[in-house]
Amino acid sequence: MPGRAWKLGDNISTDEITPGRYIGLRSNLSELAKYTLIDTRADFVKGAREGDFVVAGRNFGMGSSREHAPVVIKLCGIRAVLAKSFARIFYRNAINIGLPAIICDTFKISDGDTLELELSEGYILNQTTNVRIEFPRMSKTMEAILQEGGLIPYVEKKGDLLLA
Amino acid sequence: MRTAKTLAEKIIGEHTGNGSASSGEIVIVKVDYVFSHDASGPLLISNLDKFPSGSTISNEEKRRTIFFIDHAVPAPTKELANDQNIVRNYAINNGLVLSDAGNGICHQVMAEDYASPGNLIVGTDSHTCTAGGLCSFATGMGATDISVAMKLRKTWLRVPESIKIDVGGELGRGVFAKDLILKVLSILGTDGALYKSLEFCGSAIDDMDVYGRLTLTNMAVECGAKTGLVQSDSRTRKYLEENRRGEGWRELFPDESAGYETEISLDATELEPEVALPSSPDNVRPVSEIKDVKVNEVFIGSCTNTRIEDMRVVARILNGRQKAKGLKLIVTPSSRKVYLKCIEEGIVELLLSSGAIVTPPGCGVCFGALGGIPADGDVIFSSSNRNFPGRTGNPKAQTYLGSPATAAATAINGYVSDPREFL
Ligand code: SF4
Repeated sequence: MPGRAWKLGDNISTDEITPGRYIGLRSNLSELAKYTLIDTRADFVKGAREGDFVVAGRNFGMGSSREHAPVVIKLCGIRAVLAKSFARIFYRNAINIGLPAIICDTFKISDGDTLELELSEGYILNQTTNVRIEFPRMSKTMEAILQEGGLIPYVEKKGDLLLA
Repeated sequence: MRTAKTLAEKIIGEHTGNGSASSGEIVIVKVDYVFSHDASGPLLISNLDKFPSGSTISNEEKRRTIFFIDHAVPAPTKELANDQNIVRNYAINNGLVLSDAGNGICHQVMAEDYASPGNLIVGTDSHTCTAGGLCSFATGMGATDISVAMKLRKTWLRVPESIKIDVGGELGRGVFAKDLILKVLSILGTDGALYKSLEFCGSAIDDMDVYGRLTLTNMAVECGAKTGLVQSDSRTRKYLEENRRGEGWRELFPDESAGYETEISLDATELEPEVALPSSPDNVRPVSEIKDVKVNEVFIGSCTNTRIEDMRVVARILNGRQKAKGLKLIVTPSSRKVYLKCIEEGIVELLLSSGAIVTPPGCGVCFGALGGIPADGDVIFSSSNRNFPGRTGNPKAQTYLGSPATAAATAINGYVSDPREFL
């Protein structure tokens, strides 16, 4: 199913994804999700539809380790986050909660473009421009964690923390 | 396979099953300490509940599992008070270590009471890397990773490539570790060390006490790094002895011909007090280039600094002077121990007389959770590590970063100022 691109810039921090001032809502995740990207894209929460994509530049998710950042993005219905590069904690957190984080050339995507993600094939089709964007496979272990829907189900299935 | 090892390879290697690790490898490692806090704890605990009830940990492992209540203390709202109770009760009911509200910021308490050279430490906080100043391989992760580490006492890692930061010369008057790491950030940028480890060495590092080293490694994550590391030497030993943990000391250096991905050489003698301009910690200029920036609030706090040595410098600068009229000056000692020392040495009295608000130890002001929230249009000068948009609780405010000394000088003049004027 295709979804639309929500295009963001470089170096979007976790303070922009889910600001610390909403810390009081962290035990109420659906409420916290209402403030996702509030200072950066005030139209995001109202406009995001199930299956849409967050598309960013370099170093997406820099800053704090708050896992709430990928959690609220996922709760907004986002299918996957695409970026030129990710801050490492955000990257792990996203995969750990079953949200695909894909490193690719997001230069070829504009705000509002319609995208189709072929995760197992390793490419994104930008239907608006008809451009195919290939991406490298993630590490085997991360791929396996994502396939299980996150780290906890992965560990449950294996019965232990093992490399894939 | 190369046999000469970086610090990261050495420490990780001691924690893998086969006793070795080389950069680029993906490995499973045992963890020595695992911690979380009130800002991530409730999410983490909801994960822990998903594990089969049969999985238990030993008493020794319980002593190495720590819950901090430090991010919003004392609780400003009932929601946060409830969250803190989740964390508090979980720790108490499961026989884990509780570092309760008022005890201090997790990274400072980890340095004072737990981290030792050669440890492998993971926590639900990006600045977990602070403990690298004591030569622990320490890195931040999210709630899910840490819940697995708490239950299974292990995690998986990609052994990082290391960037060597060789700092020769010596830091001049009014120039501190904070200025040095800001300079490093201006070179690397906020993603210049993504997935990598920073290893600091050279004469300026040999001469630097642990309090400064902790400031360097604290901000490694601001360059995107997995961790920052400093050798364990006689200064490390002295710090551990002062904290009654001398038995945890061991010498630890990288091997002479260890393989570094890149080397950056700096001369500390050439450094000035440095300032990060809004709104990124890598947007750095020497203080002398920053003219006429009026400041409404000065925050001296956070896990980056405000150890006792920083507080002594602040005291030396304030030294009976008053803060600028109309400026808000908020000082947060990083732990109870530091606070007590500040009282003992007359620093709290001096701060209060200069017009400062001295808060209990904690994170609050640093990330906009409570206290010191700036007004629309306010300019803050902060000794913390981040000035991202909205970080301090109001997206309509702007934040400059610098050393506690630069912050103190700024508080006196009311505009961004060179601390050497007062030293
Ligand atoms: S003081 Fe600031 S940077 Fe340090 S742990 Fe607390 S919130 Fe994070």
